[in-house]
Amino acid sequence: MKDPALIFLGAFLVNNIILMRFLGLCPFFGVSTAVKTATGMGMAVIFVMTLASWITWIVYHAILLPFDLVFLRTATFILTIASLVQLVEMFLKKSFRTLYNALGIYLPLITTNCAILGITFLNIDNKFSLLNGTVFAIGTGFGFTLVIITFAAIRERLDLAPINPSMRGYPISFIAASLMALAFLGFSGLFGLT
Amino acid sequence: MRRWQLFTRGIVKENMVLVLMIGLCPALATSGTVRDGFGMGLAATFVLLFSNIIISLLRKKIPNEVRIPIFILVISTFVTIIDYFMQAFQPDLYRALGVFVPLIVVNCMILGRAEAFASKYSVLDATLDGLGVGLGFTLALTVMGAIREILGNGTFLGIVIFGEGFKKSPVIFMILPPGAFLVIGVLKALINKYVRKEIR
Repeated sequence: MKDPALIFLGAFLVNNIILMRFLGLCPFFGVSTAVKTATGMGMAVIFVMTLASWITWIVYHAILLPFDLVFLRTATFILTIASLVQLVEMFLKKSFRTLYNALGIYLPLITTNCAILGITFLNIDNKFSLLNGTVFAIGTGFGFTLVIITFAAIRERLDLAPINPSMRGYPISFIAASLMALAFLGFSGLFGLT
Repeated sequence: MRRWQLFTRGIVKENMVLVLMIGLCPALATSGTVRDGFGMGLAATFVLLFSNIIISLLRKKIPNEVRIPIFILVISTFVTIIDYFMQAFQPDLYRALGVFVPLIVVNCMILGRAEAFASKYSVLDATLDGLGVGLGFTLALTVMGAIREILGNGTFLGIVIFGEGFKKSPVIFMILPPGAFLVIGVLKALINKYVRKEIR
């Protein structure tokens, strides 16, 4: 699977990061209470995921591999991503005020988001080139955004629905997510992707 | 007596996954079978226990301003150890768990216990807390794994339960991703109804 278009579709729909890979569930349930916040979170994830996949790819291929330090991967990646997010936050605050106002509050939350770290690991495990890794990260970010916005819309309706008290909140959200995952299973096998 | 409560608290009353809803990613992703759920639970317990001990030992030395990076470094050290250990001794399990073994490092449960408990209490307390919370996590993953494996594959730890007929056409839905969301949703609803009555 080398074609970037297929990698994008696979990451976007077929192996959707939330519903099929179970990464990034904390923001999925935590920030999906309103469509507006879900959109902000989705945009921030696309942005950081792309940057993180570049930086970690370079760190891995330029530093860890040549110096035979692959066993430090976990520690290096998490520290790289944490400092990257801090740096991006400061840079946006100073230079791109409007973008900062839109994404700002979500950026610190992303540091400990397992979706970002997971994607950088998958990039390495799949032996992607820099281009394919970028496409993979963007596709995954869009998949995250699509699902979190749709789910926020569902939850806005759920708040108004008459639901048994013991099912309110998390349980009914999980069951709604289960039905969404069932719908996404329909994409498996699309263009021969699994 | 107080120490005993420190240990049991994390297992049932403040179960991370089923009561507090923390550490959901590995809980949903690796509970497809009993073996995977149990293996993931033990791996996370190992990391939690030893990072709790080390952080509690160092709690007077760690400067407050840089405590989070230090916690993350300690945690990632133990994650790397368990990562390579499983790769060497449990290759099948390691392949099944995949990227979720290195991802133990961002499990908010472990950083949460380091920040809220281990950095403030004695080594013995931190050990008991780590053991209790870890066993609670293992219990939750094993229960979910058992439900999903029995219904979705007709087996328990690979042993056929409902006979060959069911094994041939089980509720495949349950071992696929939607089944994970459904099982935890129903478990959470049952807990809300029968266990946490007094809270509502």
